[in-house]
Amino acid sequence: MTQPTSGGDVRLDRISKTYGSFNAVHPLDLHIPAGSFFALLGASGCGKTTTLRMIAGLEDPTTGTVRLAGEDITDLPPHKRPVNTVFQSYALFPHLDIFENVAFGLRRRGIKSVKKQVEEMLELVQLGDFARRKPQQLSGGQQQRVAVARALINHPQVLLLDEPLGALDLKLRRQMQLELKRIQTEVGITFIHVTHDQEEAMTMADTVAVMNSGRVEQRGAPAELYENPGTTFVANFLGTSNLIEAEITDKSGGDLVLTAAGGKLSLPADRCSAPVRTGGKVLVGVRPEKITLAHAEDAGSVPEGRNRITGRIADSSFIGVSTQYLITTPGSPDITVYEQNIERDARLVPGAEVVLHWNPAHTFGLDAAQDIDAGTELDEEAP
Amino acid sequence: MSVSRRAAWAGLRSRAATKERAVTREARASERAGTERAGGSVTAAPETAPDAGPVQKPPLIKPAVRKRLVPYWLLLPGILWLLIFFAAPLIYQASTSVQTGSLEEGFKVTWHFQTYWDALSEYYPQFLRSVLYAATATVLCLLLGYPLAYLIAFRAGRWRNLVMILVIAPFFTSFLIRTLAWKTILSDSGPVVGVLNSLHILDVTSYLGITEGQRVLATPLAVVCGLTYNFLPFMILPLYTSLERIDPRLHEAAGDLYARPFTTFRKVTFPLSMPGVVAGTLLTFIPSAGDYINAELLGSTDQKMIGNVIQSQFLRVLDYPTAAAMSFILMAAILTMVTVYIRKSGTEDLV
Amino acid sequence: MTALTRWIRRNLVIIAGIGTLAYLILPNVVVLVFSFNKPNGRFNYEWQRFSTDAWTDPCGVADLCGSLSLSLKIAVWATIGSTVLGTMIAFALARYRFRARPAVNSLIFLPMAMPEVVMAASLATLFLNMGVDFGFWTILIAHIMFCLSFVVTAVKARVMSMDPRLEQAAQDLYASPAQTFLRVTLPIAAPGIAAGALLSFALSFDDFIITNFNAGSTVTFPMFVWGSAQRGTPVQINVIGTAMFAVAVLCVLVGQLAGARRKRS
Repeated sequence: MTQPTSGGDVRLDRISKTYGSFNAVHPLDLHIPAGSFFALLGASGCGKTTTLRMIAGLEDPTTGTVRLAGEDITDLPPHKRPVNTVFQSYALFPHLDIFENVAFGLRRRGIKSVKKQVEEMLELVQLGDFARRKPQQLSGGQQQRVAVARALINHPQVLLLDEPLGALDLKLRRQMQLELKRIQTEVGITFIHVTHDQEEAMTMADTVAVMNSGRVEQRGAPAELYENPGTTFVANFLGTSNLIEAEITDKSGGDLVLTAAGGKLSLPADRCSAPVRTGGKVLVGVRPEKITLAHAEDAGSVPEGRNRITGRIADSSFIGVSTQYLITTPGSPDITVYEQNIERDARLVPGAEVVLHWNPAHTFGLDAAQDIDAGTELDEEAP
Repeated sequence: MSVSRRAAWAGLRSRAATKERAVTREARASERAGTERAGGSVTAAPETAPDAGPVQKPPLIKPAVRKRLVPYWLLLPGILWLLIFFAAPLIYQASTSVQTGSLEEGFKVTWHFQTYWDALSEYYPQFLRSVLYAATATVLCLLLGYPLAYLIAFRAGRWRNLVMILVIAPFFTSFLIRTLAWKTILSDSGPVVGVLNSLHILDVTSYLGITEGQRVLATPLAVVCGLTYNFLPFMILPLYTSLERIDPRLHEAAGDLYARPFTTFRKVTFPLSMPGVVAGTLLTFIPSAGDYINAELLGSTDQKMIGNVIQSQFLRVLDYPTAAAMSFILMAAILTMVTVYIRKSGTEDLV
Repeated sequence: MTALTRWIRRNLVIIAGIGTLAYLILPNVVVLVFSFNKPNGRFNYEWQRFSTDAWTDPCGVADLCGSLSLSLKIAVWATIGSTVLGTMIAFALARYRFRARPAVNSLIFLPMAMPEVVMAASLATLFLNMGVDFGFWTILIAHIMFCLSFVVTAVKARVMSMDPRLEQAAQDLYASPAQTFLRVTLPIAAPGIAAGALLSFALSFDDFIITNFNAGSTVTFPMFVWGSAQRGTPVQINVIGTAMFAVAVLCVLVGQLAGARRKRS
């Protein structure tokens, strides 16, 4: 086993996993570049953990190969792979103290003098004083850092993280996200991070792959996925989306002209992932925070060239930084709007007639053949 | 029946059950994966082969077969032990029960089912007495054990561990010695008999036929008292484990929803403790029905139970067919009763 | 309602529970008290006068200490045998899925649900007909047989409650299957194995019924006590009973204190 200072790239070719008749992972191709922070995002049961475990060697793929830095490791048992895992709920050895937990991998590889390395590692994760404690005497955040230290001390080419922050409370989770990101930048190892928390994935990763029922729905940089989702699942799973069914009426230059909710909408053609055909149906999406609300009396002051829809405020709730409105519109589902609390218009109360308008460049188009609600309920099932 | 034996089972069983339920969804998935690998790897190997290349084919199959045999190698010695020294003797005994012959000439299988009939017609009082004493002891154990189990589970607070030790500790002393101590406690000139006598309770009980004259020893009361004492922890431990699992907030919720304390007990606590009640009654009833020590040490010839008969037929009279027939009847009766009882009470996860 | 009746009603459970506890402990107190008795005659059932004779000469009765050491010897071997065999079965049941599982589970369960006298008589019938000489070996075989199920149950519970990720973590950290077993699985299963072993020891040491059928003329400690109930009960029995009680309670208390201290540090 070598001790590379930088990470290796991981390449999965047609990898799949079936349990009996259940397809946990459909044949999947994925390339994870060396040194990147890669997140596999999806609800529980979507196959992301199985994919990770196949990379670790803890699960035998039914078909396909796993390559690490160009080398086929599909048939290597886990203890021979230069890959380490931070397990969900950490899996720290309860019968060993923190020092021995961290030293475990080094000792198994026959390294005799581990003291210096382990102490340095414990310093790195700020647990120097806890070396002789047992895992169950540490807090959740401390245990999490031990789990990271125990894996990182082996200088793996790839570090796999299986929901590593799932057991922490919100504040600690935010802190650990930044911490992990910092460590990754410092050591330059390839990180593959599995999570069901979309915010966590977007905060930490350079590249996110969204998985749904054993398939990768879309992969890309977090901002790209968020601004221009390719499927309804991604649109709904990553944040909130307003999806409106529309009909393509015309194509002018780089823009599509659509009719929806009794009005005309414009959509840049390169932001439409659906097949374009005049008269065809398409789902128009826009994020709630991109929409501006104007009271119906001010309809005239809305600038030209913006997409606009009229409706009535059905409900509003104040959330501190913003106010969340629910707008009923004729001919389309309810639309959610987030307005920054900067200069609040006192007339915007439930019952008021309003005009919704947004920059057409923020619109995205999706194939109308999909389930419009895909990905909305899944978050609640997550453990 | 050695006492700590059953008690131990009670404790262990409940821990195992908790675990079984606690297995996470994910763990089950990986178990399933294990099955696939262990059970179906020979068929899985060719599937992998086209992608993995032909080179890996032979080494893939061989370890898989070896892996599949691992559990059987682990089981082999222990299971053989149980088959030879537990299962085979039971079968052998069944054949002994239909043999005839004598010690001098040896016994032969003659399919002499008459032995069963003779045994039943001669010793049915002992059979009935065993069932009656065991049932009484079981009910008494439930009545005595429930408050104590409840106390440990909900009311003991920081004394919980101490009370637990006090429940288990007596069983560190040999149970025969403790049973002999009841001879002292219930002796004719002892304070217990004195008090019962002066309160004229003994007059009532002897009228009911559970004591005789001015005595407690050598009467049904003494035997049932000994049985109850010996098997009480088997009742308390399973009751405690199932009570301990009940969220105390359920009591508060019931109170909040207008239930009086007794109604709370009847409608919430007791139904939730049913697994413990079922396990406890079985663990008390089975060993007390087969017990002969209490009847021998605390009773007289009029309190002999079926265990005493088997023991004396086997070790003194040396009538092996009769002893075998009776222990077979006892086994069949108990297994039937247990099966019916478990079915009725709907608790199948006892094992 | 007076204050007293209200207090009684509120603490009814505690009063009843303490009553049961007294019932459970009373015989041990009697055993303790009567270990200082000096009976007139062969039976130690009635209090005569205080004496420490038995405590100063615990082996003063013929065969008593011999039977005690035989019981200890059998218990040690039965513990070793049943723990090794039982742990193997437990691992097979907890870690592998195989076709014979339900059958094996019933075979493990049945000895625990069987009246002892039935097992005792049937095993003795087998030995008789095979012409085996009763004694140390027949007792040991019988003890391993009935202790086995309890070890299996104890170890299985522990292994099944073990997070499978711990072993995966070990493999992930470069431990070979053998190293994983020695460094992770076995140490974590150890409390279960220890519990099973302790249980076996206690069961074997205290067993009377099965031993009575399979001992021939060999006399273990419980059989000595049984015999003395017929011939005359020496005070030394109470001494040994009390000493066993004291040692066991001491062990439990020390264990509890050690556990509490470890938790605190």
